[in-house]
Amino acid sequence: MNGFMALLARDLRLVWRRPGDVGVVLAFFVVAVVLFPLGIGPETNTLQRIAAGVLWCAALFAALLSLERLFAADYEDGTLDLLLLAPWPLELAALAKCTSHWIVTGLPLSLLAPVLGVAFGLDGDSLLALFGTLLIGTPTLSLIGGLAAALTLGARKSGALLALLALPLCVPTLIFGAGAVETLAAGEGLWTHLAILGALALVALATTPWAIAAALRQAGE
Amino acid sequence: MADLHFLANPARFRRFSQRVLPGLGFATVLMLAFGLYMAFFVAPVDYQQGQTVRIMFLHVPSAWLSMGGYALLAGLGASLLVWRHPLAALMARAAAPVGASFAAVCLLTGSLWGRPMWGTYWVWDARLTSMLLLFFLYLGHIALSRAYDEPERGDRSAAILALVGVINLPIIKFSVDWWNTLHQPASVTRLDAPAIHNSILIPLIWMAVSLLFLFIFLVLVRTETEIDRRRLENAAVQEEEAAA
Repeated sequence: MNGFMALLARDLRLVWRRPGDVGVVLAFFVVAVVLFPLGIGPETNTLQRIAAGVLWCAALFAALLSLERLFAADYEDGTLDLLLLAPWPLELAALAKCTSHWIVTGLPLSLLAPVLGVAFGLDGDSLLALFGTLLIGTPTLSLIGGLAAALTLGARKSGALLALLALPLCVPTLIFGAGAVETLAAGEGLWTHLAILGALALVALATTPWAIAAALRQAGE
Repeated sequence: MADLHFLANPARFRRFSQRVLPGLGFATVLMLAFGLYMAFFVAPVDYQQGQTVRIMFLHVPSAWLSMGGYALLAGLGASLLVWRHPLAALMARAAAPVGASFAAVCLLTGSLWGRPMWGTYWVWDARLTSMLLLFFLYLGHIALSRAYDEPERGDRSAAILALVGVINLPIIKFSVDWWNTLHQPASVTRLDAPAIHNSILIPLIWMAVSLLFLFIFLVLVRTETEIDRRRLENAAVQEEEAAA
């Protein structure tokens, strides 16, 4: 656990010293979301209906955007070799990296999305639902994305490849995340969707660290 | 499974496949010819779907084979990661495009059938969407296995991906079902007696078996090609090293 906390603290400190990296991702999220009303038209009814889907998709893309560097820097400067040699499990290191990714992208995206939702004419309950689903759903995106990042470590055109690998696997989270806000608008309860999002996050939590560790091990060979 | 381990050696596999392939290819051609004859001329016209029902004889087996093909990729991935069978990597490399092609055939024939039946080439229905996602998973596997300068790294990355993908497939299927359902429920693999008549079921099963033969034949031929290619690459590298 010490190693986990140390690695997490190190990654967060690295981000803290270069806040621009996070800023770029959040700026991408805002710009991507703003493009939709410009492309589709300003009718409030249409925007209200597509808001959750647009915000969820944009959050997914923004999360993917920052994943390419998740392990790449450690891979290039040799930190990864030390992590492989470290006396504590590589699975925990993988989990620490994904956690730090979530703290610097998933969490701010969840906070930012309701603000943008206001511009799409969402009401208070929907904004809260949007925040809740993103908060529970984005850890899954970080974990699956972390796996895609580990698998594409050192590959040619790794950015596009990463998206190709991660997006199909992220579909369930997207469906239930964006669907939750719609069912709320239809007057149904939110808890089923939140519970399923939670279940998806737990499945990802239980499987991806091992897969990431396996991918990192063969990248380090 | 233990009996199949003797095939893990590429040279031994090659001797085996060279003995099997001519007969298998011949049988595949005969079976496919008879199956297509049954599908096009013997099977009755459906009272609702008319002639378009014949598309199903290609469509449904393609769907089965593309799903079975992904399970095969996962099995090969596991045997590569667990036993480090060199042949498993080559066979996965050979099988992925074949499975992807069957998924593409399934999507194309489905959309050709959907035009007269549903009035549209594509609907965002649960089964269509999950087949499309399976196709994307195949594409990811193909792209990942070929994305590295050292082929062994691509093989092992793709093996991990196939295992993760096979865990995720039921979840994707379930979530897409939840998302939207318009497609008719499964009618052959129900627990009670199949809901379709024998005059259609028999050609369907025949086509499924002959397409399975085709699948196996293509995978074996492509595996041989992969073995030869890997050998050629190694020989080229050794020549370069000898010259240097």
